[in-house]
Amino acid sequence: METVFHVDWRGACGIGGLKITYLNFPLKSVKRLGSGTLQKFYRIGHAFFMLLEAVWYFRCALSRRNRADTMMQLYVVGVKSIAVITVVALFTGMILALQTGLELMRYGQQVFIGSAVAVSVIREMGPFMAGLIIAASVGSSMAAQVGTMTVSEEVSALEVMGINANRFLVMPRLVALVVMMPLLTVYTDIVAILGGALVGYTQLNVELLAYYHNAMMYTEVKDLYVGLFKAGLFGLVIGTVACHQGFSARGGAVGVGVATRRTVVSSFLLILVLGYMITRLFYL
Amino acid sequence: MIRFDQVHKQFGSHVVLRDVSFTVQRGETVVIVGFSGAGKSVCLRHMVRLEGADSGLVEVDGQAIDLLNRKEMRALRSRFGVLFQGAALLQWMSLFDNVALPLRERTSLGEAEIAKRVEERLEWVGLLDAAERLPAEVSGGMQKRAGLARAMVMDPEILLYDEPTSGLDPVTSRSIDELMLRTNRERGATSVVVTHDLISALAVGSRILMLHEGQVVEYCAPEAFVKSEVKVVQDFLAAQQITG
Repeated sequence: METVFHVDWRGACGIGGLKITYLNFPLKSVKRLGSGTLQKFYRIGHAFFMLLEAVWYFRCALSRRNRADTMMQLYVVGVKSIAVITVVALFTGMILALQTGLELMRYGQQVFIGSAVAVSVIREMGPFMAGLIIAASVGSSMAAQVGTMTVSEEVSALEVMGINANRFLVMPRLVALVVMMPLLTVYTDIVAILGGALVGYTQLNVELLAYYHNAMMYTEVKDLYVGLFKAGLFGLVIGTVACHQGFSARGGAVGVGVATRRTVVSSFLLILVLGYMITRLFYL
Repeated sequence: MIRFDQVHKQFGSHVVLRDVSFTVQRGETVVIVGFSGAGKSVCLRHMVRLEGADSGLVEVDGQAIDLLNRKEMRALRSRFGVLFQGAALLQWMSLFDNVALPLRERTSLGEAEIAKRVEERLEWVGLLDAAERLPAEVSGGMQKRAGLARAMVMDPEILLYDEPTSGLDPVTSRSIDELMLRTNRERGATSVVVTHDLISALAVGSRILMLHEGQVVEYCAPEAFVKSEVKVVQDFLAAQQITG
C-alpha cells in the first residue's frame, strides 16, 4: 500500500488514510481563548452599561411607578437581613475580643481590647461582614429571582411592553442595596463592638467604661466614613453582579443555579479586592 | 405588514433559520407550525427584535427593525401585543396588576380609567372574578387568558401568540382558540400564531406556514395545507391524524 504523507492548511498532518490532528490543538485553544476573552469583555461592558442606566434612573426611585418596588426592596435588603447580621456580628466581635484579649492578658493589657475591636470592626470587618452576608443572602436571591424571570420570558415580556428592565428591576434593587448597606454596616459595627464588650466584661475583667474609652480613643471619624463608603460600593457591586448574572441566565433551572453561584463567588471576590484597594487608597 | 427577507439565524453552530422569507399581510392571521426545534418561536421573537437576525431583513410596515434605535423600537413595540408561551406574568403581581402594568407604565391614565380598562379586558377573557389572585394561584389556562388580556390591553395592531394552547387540555385549548378568533374578528388585528397544535392552526389561521429545519416548506391557506403534497407536511398531518 502506498503511504502518502500530507499536511493540510490548518496544520493537521497525516499518513495515508490516518489523519493526525494534534497540530490543530494550539490553534483551537487560541481561538477558544480569544472568543472567551471577547465574551468576558462583552459581559463586563453589558454589566457596566446596565449599572450606568440603573444609576441614571435613581432619580425615579420614589416616583409613583417605582415607589412600591423600591420600598419592598429596602424592606427585603434591610429588615429581612437583620437577624443573620446580628448573630454574625455579635459572634465576630466576641471572637475578636477573646482572641485579642487572651494575648493581651499575658502582658496585663487586656483593657486595650476595646480599641482593637473597634478599629478592626469599623475600618474593615463591619463593611466586609455586611457585604459577605448580603451577597450570600440577598445577592443570591436577587440573581435567582431575575434569572427565573429571564428564563420564563418575563424579562422579554417587559421589553416588549416597552418597560425598561433596568429601571423596573435593577434600579429599585440597587437603590435598596446602596441605602441599606451603610446602615447595616453601622448596625454591624455597633453589634460587634457590643459583643466585644460582653466578652471583655464577663471573661477578661475589663470594665465597660474602660472598654468604651479605649474603643473611642483610637477610632477616627475617617474610619467610619471609609467603612461607609466601602459598604455603599459593596452594595452597588452586589446588585450589579446579581442582576447581570440574572439577566444572563439561560436554560431553565440549571441556568438559574449557575447564575446564583456565580453571583456569590464574583461578589465575594470583588468585595475582597475592592476592600483591599480602598484601604490602600485611604490609609497608605 | 410583516416581511421576512432571507433571514438567517444560528446559535453557535446550530442553524435555526435558513434564509427564511415570507410576508404577513395586514389583518390576516398567519399560523406558523412545525416540529419542535423547527425555529417557530425564534421566528416570532425576530418580529419584535427579541432576537436579531445574523443576516437578512425583518420589516414591519416597511421599517427594517434592525435599523431602529431604542426609542423607535419602543414605539414600534407599542403596536404589538405578545402572548408568551408560559404567559410570562410577573409572579408577585395579581392578575389585575399584571394586566394594568402596561397602562401604568406606558400611559398617563388615572387609576380609575386604568381599572375600567383592565376590568373590561379581564371580563373579555372571563377572568374578572379571579382579578385579585396571583398567577401561581390560578391554572395554566387562566394564566394564558390573563396573558392574552395583558397583550390586548394597549389595543395593539399586531398580536403575536407563542404556543397559546401548549400544555392545556383540549377544552381549554379550544376556548383559547375561540378567544383568538374573537379578538381577530372584533378588533381586526394582524396575528401571528406559533403552534404545533394543527387543530388550533386550522381553526384560527387564514394562512399556514410550515417551518422545517429552519426553512419554509409550505405557506398557504388551511384548505390547501391539508392537501399539500410536501412530504414533511404530510408527515405532520398524519402525526396529528388529520387527512385532506
